[in-house]
Amino acid sequence: MRRRTTALAGALTLLTATGCGAADMTKQASPFANAQGSKTVTLSVQSWVGAQADVAVAQYLLEHKLGYRVDTVQVDEVPAWDALSQGRVDALLEDWGHPDQENRYVHDKRTIAPGGGLGVTGHIGWYVPTYLVKQHPDITDWRNLNKYASLFRTAESGGKGQLMDGSPSYVTNDRALVKNLQLDYRVVFAGSEAAQITQIKQFAKDKKPFLTYWYAPQWLFKKVPMTEVRLPPYKEGCDADAAKVACAYPHTPLQKYLNAGFVRHGGRAAAFLKKFRWTTEDQNEVSLMIAEQKLDPAEAARKWVDSHPAVWKRWLS
Amino acid sequence: MATLTVPTSRTGTPRVLRSRAAGKLLLLAVLAAVLAPWAATHWPGAAWPHELTVSLTKPLATAGDWVMDNRDSHPLFLYFFGYISNAVIWAVRAVYLTLLAAGWAGVTAFGALTAWRLGGARLAAGTAAAVLACGALGMWVPTMQTLALMVVAVLASVAVGTVLGLGAGLSDRLDRALRPVLDTMQVLPAFAYLLPVVLVFGIGVPAAVLATVVYAAPPMARLTSLGLRGADPEVLEAVESLGSTARQRLLTARVPLARKELLLGLNQTIMMALSMAVIAAVIGAGGLGDRVYQALASVDVGAALAAGIPIVLLAVVLDRVTGAAGAGTPATGRPRTIGRPYALAVTVAAAFAARLLGALDWPSGWTLAIAGPVNRAVDWMTSHLYSGVPVIGGTADWAGHFTTWVLDPVRDGLQWLPWWSVLLVVAALAWLIGTWRTALTAVLAMAAIGVLGVWEPSLDTLSQVLAAVAVTLVLGFATGIAAARSDRVERVLRPVLDVCQTMPQFVYLIPVVALFGVGRAPAVAAAVVYALPAVVRITAQGLRQVDEAALESARSLGATGRQQLWQVQLPLARRSLLLAVNQGVVLVLAVVIIGGLVGGGALGYDVAFGLAQGDLATGLVAGAAIVCLGLMLDRVTQPTERHARKGA
Repeated sequence: MRRRTTALAGALTLLTATGCGAADMTKQASPFANAQGSKTVTLSVQSWVGAQADVAVAQYLLEHKLGYRVDTVQVDEVPAWDALSQGRVDALLEDWGHPDQENRYVHDKRTIAPGGGLGVTGHIGWYVPTYLVKQHPDITDWRNLNKYASLFRTAESGGKGQLMDGSPSYVTNDRALVKNLQLDYRVVFAGSEAAQITQIKQFAKDKKPFLTYWYAPQWLFKKVPMTEVRLPPYKEGCDADAAKVACAYPHTPLQKYLNAGFVRHGGRAAAFLKKFRWTTEDQNEVSLMIAEQKLDPAEAARKWVDSHPAVWKRWLS
Repeated sequence: MATLTVPTSRTGTPRVLRSRAAGKLLLLAVLAAVLAPWAATHWPGAAWPHELTVSLTKPLATAGDWVMDNRDSHPLFLYFFGYISNAVIWAVRAVYLTLLAAGWAGVTAFGALTAWRLGGARLAAGTAAAVLACGALGMWVPTMQTLALMVVAVLASVAVGTVLGLGAGLSDRLDRALRPVLDTMQVLPAFAYLLPVVLVFGIGVPAAVLATVVYAAPPMARLTSLGLRGADPEVLEAVESLGSTARQRLLTARVPLARKELLLGLNQTIMMALSMAVIAAVIGAGGLGDRVYQALASVDVGAALAAGIPIVLLAVVLDRVTGAAGAGTPATGRPRTIGRPYALAVTVAAAFAARLLGALDWPSGWTLAIAGPVNRAVDWMTSHLYSGVPVIGGTADWAGHFTTWVLDPVRDGLQWLPWWSVLLVVAALAWLIGTWRTALTAVLAMAAIGVLGVWEPSLDTLSQVLAAVAVTLVLGFATGIAAARSDRVERVLRPVLDVCQTMPQFVYLIPVVALFGVGRAPAVAAAVVYALPAVVRITAQGLRQVDEAALESARSLGATGRQQLWQVQLPLARRSLLLAVNQGVVLVLAVVIIGGLVGGGALGYDVAFGLAQGDLATGLVAGAAIVCLGLMLDRVTQPTERHARKGA
């Protein structure tokens, strides 16, 4: 039965496709969207828990208050821009700043529309655990890092100190920073945020010293208190040349982006996603429930929604 | 990934082999004596000389930009790729809607009745239980998405594979041309395919389906060709004498005679498509693979397992059902089954009943929450085993020691060797075990890595593969021997091996990080877990197929159990053991690459980086290097016997 349907659908597709001429690849929604006459919104989820919290709450409200069916797809930020422009996902709720993509899709092609700010300001930096700062108060200045390099040595860092970096999808200048600031460190890539968090927790359990690339807002700070290491201050444009960066990371107000067609025809869902705006504390509350208490994202979202009606009622109006 | 089965054959006389081997080595030594000093003076240093590299960064970046800018306007995309992409989306959507319309009751009834028809009542009950379990784990919709994707990908793979296989089965020239291509496609780690398809089709289902077809079509093509060539000549002659046309011969004699191979091909294709459907989550395929991938991101082993179990169940069910279809012929005593119209009627009735009762979707109350208990178990394990275990030390210490004492020396050793000597070693190994052709392919593949400018990270990956293969072989041979000698051990092992082999690799990654920390050690550990089952199976099978007469005569001479093993069974099972090594190497490479996600670094990290940042230059070059590495490793470990068998 299934085979025949597939064959039939395939034949029909070919017929309609040849009949209509060009098949525009840039306008193809996900095959799982809008199934069975239900209105579907497809949200892209990024790998970090903050982004999962955004999506969980948006999904919960879309499903329970607006009657949509929501599909989520895990895509990293840069590919998500591409998927967004093709309409395979409808919204990207947490972007950490990609000027190239913005130029291409928002300004030139106009296939993506800005969705306003998320209300959360992100910041990337180097962090050491606070218990280590208590032993060595001067460790939070980059000029003193070389003095402590031996503390951070691991099997992977080959005689130097280990600076642990996370997922390949994250914005990072760390290799250039280590080189340009002449630090006796080696950047070890954990390869995914999951691996990085697991490792940080294991280090913290034994009160071992570690130095890591990390970012705020992030729920892990509540479990493992960490202090930022001061890098040379950020100035506008000091990170323009990727090879010559020798300054800290900026503070970035996180942005939402929507597919342009979705903004026009997405009805209440699109209007809601544009209005979605919450605080760092709100986001952390949900993140912590998902990542630490291991609540199902939907369950965590329900708890938050039940206890903060004033916040989300504004988004639906 | 399913294992290959091997008929064992007697080995050739060792002495002849040894003298041939000596000759090959001598020739290589002469070659080395002439070329090495020249190479060493021209390009001093151990690393691949910079003058011999070609940088693809610029052209690849330009190509990527061109695609992005022209995807909505250039005819190539509008009139070719656009159609393909549209057709895939429509087909997947049609299947998905059909599945949803059938509802959980309809799908369960359809699955169970199909299983009943093909394999009897027990298989039907198992199938129904498995399908219902997917729902009970709260994975109904993702399971249906994965199924929809699978149905389309498998049908397309079977179509492509059959066409290629028919061609290769009927024409010797096409067969010769296709064989190396198919060989190569099967060796390549799936992870390396993803970037090129994403470049053209963008993130999402079309790219996932096409990557799956590329990965899953070769076994179908190979087994179709094998089946056509293996047809009994006497039958063919008889058919020919009846004055039939070539086409009639093909359709009435050769294809039906190849039924068994065709169904085995279908089985292999399904298994490979399923494993790829999971990996394709990295490029937004959705479904179960995506759930596993999302769980990985929030360090949630329980959730990963809840999505991983349906994948295992699907794999087991599909394997058994296609296996039953291949094993039984209508004539021989098959269990009584039901008729086709009857089965269809029951399916439709079940679907309608569910629809009328308003329970088309899986009832949300009927779910089992396994994530909590699983996570508590994992937490307990990691908090008690990670460090501070008296006497033997925690798993973190082991991982550290393994990195310092095994991985580092192997990597440093490989990187210390002058590049031309690495090529020589590769040539020697490949030539000793294969033919001059395999040696040439291996050397060219290794040289290509150098030319691409990723010599050092490739050797890093290679060192991880070697270490993991060594561990896998030690454990795998030991377990395989135990399984071959005791039926009880084999019975206990079988379900464990099934699960290890079909569980998506992503599921392993979090527990291994929790146990071994971040770095190359957890990547190696995950690879060992994944590759072990194949090695155990092939070893056990090889040992069990050793000629009973040879064993009997050894016993009559008073050989002890140990002597029988070392002096009779192992030498006679040499071919199987070599194949086990080969499969171990290929599987380990596939996972070590994914180990880039837990700190394995090197090529795997570069591919992940390319996918995540849309950086074609880094990703594609690393992907190509992985392909070359896979090719080289396969050729270096490929027993010559495989060639002889394929020609059958």
